[in-house]
Amino acid sequence: MEFDPVTLARIQFAFTVSFHIIFPAFTIGLSAYIAVLLLMWMRTGQEKYHRLARFWTKIFAISFAMGVVSGIVLSYQFGTNWSRFSEFSGNVIGPLIGYEVLMAFYLEATFLGILLFGWNRLPPWLITLASVLVALGTATSAFWILSANSWMQTPAGHEVRDGIAYPVDWLRVIFNPSFPYRFAHMLNAAYLTTAAVVLAVGARYLLAGRHGEESRTMLRMAVGMIAVSAPLQLVIGDLHGLNTLEHQPVKVAAMEGHWSGEEPGHLVLFGLPDEEERTNHFEIAIPHLGSLILTHDWDGTYPGMADFPEDEWPPVVNVFFTFRLMVGIGLLLIATGFWGLYLWWRGRLFDNSLFLRTASYMWPLGFVAIVAGWFVTEQGRQPWLVHGLMRTVDGVSPVPGASVASTLALFVFIYGVVFTMGIFYINRLINRGPMGEAIEAAAGLPNRPMSAAEEAAREATGREPGEGPGRPLTAPKG
Amino acid sequence: MEWYLPVIWAGLIGTAVAMYVILDGFDLGIAILFPFARREEERDVMMNSVAPFWDGNETWLVLGGGGLWVAFPLAYSIIMPALYLPVIGMLLALVFRGVAFEFRWIAKPRHRKWDIAFAGGSIIASFLQGVILGGLLQGVAVEDRQFAGGPFDWLTPFSIFVGLSVVTGYALLGATWLIMRTSGPVQDLGRRLAPTLLLVVMAAMVVISLWTPLAIDRVAERWFSTPNIFLLWPIPLAAVLVAYIVWRAIGQGREAVPFFGTIVLFLLGYAGLVISNVPYLVPPDLTFWDTAAAPASQIFFLMGTIFLLPLVLGYTAFVYWVFRGKIAPGEGYH
Ligand code: HDD
Ligand code: HEM
Ligand code: HEM
Repeated sequence: MEFDPVTLARIQFAFTVSFHIIFPAFTIGLSAYIAVLLLMWMRTGQEKYHRLARFWTKIFAISFAMGVVSGIVLSYQFGTNWSRFSEFSGNVIGPLIGYEVLMAFYLEATFLGILLFGWNRLPPWLITLASVLVALGTATSAFWILSANSWMQTPAGHEVRDGIAYPVDWLRVIFNPSFPYRFAHMLNAAYLTTAAVVLAVGARYLLAGRHGEESRTMLRMAVGMIAVSAPLQLVIGDLHGLNTLEHQPVKVAAMEGHWSGEEPGHLVLFGLPDEEERTNHFEIAIPHLGSLILTHDWDGTYPGMADFPEDEWPPVVNVFFTFRLMVGIGLLLIATGFWGLYLWWRGRLFDNSLFLRTASYMWPLGFVAIVAGWFVTEQGRQPWLVHGLMRTVDGVSPVPGASVASTLALFVFIYGVVFTMGIFYINRLINRGPMGEAIEAAAGLPNRPMSAAEEAAREATGREPGEGPGRPLTAPKG
Repeated sequence: MEWYLPVIWAGLIGTAVAMYVILDGFDLGIAILFPFARREEERDVMMNSVAPFWDGNETWLVLGGGGLWVAFPLAYSIIMPALYLPVIGMLLALVFRGVAFEFRWIAKPRHRKWDIAFAGGSIIASFLQGVILGGLLQGVAVEDRQFAGGPFDWLTPFSIFVGLSVVTGYALLGATWLIMRTSGPVQDLGRRLAPTLLLVVMAAMVVISLWTPLAIDRVAERWFSTPNIFLLWPIPLAAVLVAYIVWRAIGQGREAVPFFGTIVLFLLGYAGLVISNVPYLVPPDLTFWDTAAAPASQIFFLMGTIFLLPLVLGYTAFVYWVFRGKIAPGEGYH
């Protein structure tokens, strides 16, 4: 069998990076949440903040570990899968990644050690400081990596000589045209996603009648956060789209399912784009609204797919649908925020069971939107690897397809196992809840001589994945 | 200007790699020794003795790889495809070892599979790191600024031997770390294993020191031509001396000397490799200068590194200081 190395390398990279981004999205948001909780604890002295911070820190540790191991893979994949791209762009975006390592990765990794293990050895203010530094580290990491990615979307501040890119103006490289929008949109996406998870967990506890004080706090904080950040995400996303229209118009045409640049754009709510016939089937659209959003003019026109040579088209169908998925989730989250605010105002936030039940299922939404958003961005950039400078087919490593195929199979298998177990363990921690200290004494603490009775109790309560559902939420602890 | 920038960067990346080998070496090492500890509590102590540090330690691997891309993009884009399978295999093995630090505690009491993942992942990762080193030392086929060999070029008896040597070397670092940082049965375990490991490591160093010059002419020339041979003989001599000191210190029940002695031993071995290969970054053809990034890029990253690296070293030292002393039983956050 012949393997096409380019396709396989793309699938492999898309798989590993999509897997990776799930964890940064959560750790960027959660580290900020933990820092806020600890600061509140320092200010008010209320124990519930402390308990919540300790609880979320454990969950943070798991997703951080998964983020780290999957991220290290990526940093080497630039070389293993995209060596020609690495040679081409190393002068320009290499240093951005280098700064990410030195400014962000060490900061996160080192102070996470203190945040997790320092409680017996250091005063609370130092732990709080460590949590702030971890949050700062994760955001800094996003800054640099998104700068690098944005340069691939909208390259600036460079020149190309003999097939290699050279830096000319570092400020323009770092703050390239799409970077501010992408950074703001991604950072806000991480905070929004985390707020949805916190909301879901709080709602789960309230429904189960557990951890009343903590879950009310979680719910209030999450609703407040969503009510602000979800509408903000729409605004940033809109500005982001306008910026893309300026620099990567073909991507916008694909997102909108807009074929002819002669006519004003409709806002296509639904449709099935057809690249052959250059039209959307089953289209439901609001006339002229596309033009109004993108050009601020009822009859304004902007380029359609037909204005570009076909060998510069991204895969329209994928871009079109993943864009709708993201925006749909965004609108859903906006509605959730307002619904929550309304209930809060009426004093019913904690006992409206329809809201609580809906909210308890919302935890995956942000992650789906984030991966969808990245698919829009990255597939919309195709067939370019660096927009206008290097095509994806020219960036691949001289590695035989069979090597890529076999490692791809390994990635899918290993990530599948690790991911499933990770979700399972996070769920187990959530089931134990913020006041799980009692369980820990029995099951978690190392080095305690264990009596036979305790051993038996442990065997009775511990479960393996696949053996059945985790412990029900309402079960007594232990 | 153009002349010494690549040299500075080669030095910095060399330092990052050395930091990685020593720091992640001991935490991979304790995982390699996991199978020798039979009781759950002993393994708990072993894991907790490195848990606050492993992530920071592994970051040196990111700096090594990322730094290579920043400063020597051509070398990075040749080495990675050349060593494609072992590099990806190593990264996947590190996935298991990394998540085991968290998963093992939550899985309790059914944590056996994560014991296996922790030890197995570390053993495979260490072995493949050695294979990568061996594969690089024996040389990489380059044509037209690209890797031009096959997917299994790296697979030779030599690279496998280097792989096994690295596993035992890390195990020695791990054993001496246990002597220093733990007490009771875990410390005894370290004491019991360290002497044997030391002998094996010394034997491996001797074999590699003979194998490389015999197999690779440029290495033989580097070491055995005059006047080099007169300048370089202290290095193997120093290695023997340090090994003897470590050996005695283990026997005398000293706690810190074996660990730091082992580090010195590693550094001497590393110095030997550097001497054999300087100034080649992708042996046998490409030097630092051939593969260097544009000066503007090297300078831009150097400016930041001058400030950031001391800062990083500072707070790394701070964390080691915070968690100094013997591991108290039950210390951990889970
Ligand atoms: C928006 C943010 C973001 C994006 C787009 C990416 N990452 Fe990431 N990455 C992070 C945000 C992050 C983080 C928040 O800093 C992580 C996640 C969890 C963690 O441990 O740190 C991280 C971890 C992480 C690590 C391990 C760091 C360590 O040792 O502590 C590496 C090497 C990378 N990433 C590399 C990459 C590469 C090569 C990417 C692109 C292809 C990438 N990341 C996309
Ligand atoms: C973290 C969130 C990200 C996600 C979910 C994501 C998603 C994807 C997807 C789906 C592809 C495949 C596109 C295709 O082939 O059709 C891709 C390709 C790629 N992305 Fe990203 N990406 C992310 C971030 C980044 C960043 C930050 C960088 C660089 C700094 C980057 C660099 C690349 C490269 C080099 C390719 C391979 C070439 C290509 O197929 O275009 N990505 N990514
Ligand atoms: C509510 C309406 C939203 C609009 C109008 C919007 C708009 C956009 C646009 C136009 C892009 C493509 C940028 C490009 O040209 O490459 C994008 C990308 C993206 N979106 Fe959204 N978005 C919305 C909601 C969301 C939500 C709710 C999330 C996640 C919680 C999200 C996460 C992302 C991510 C991660 C990307 C890829 C990174 C980037 O290019 O910024 N978006 N969004």
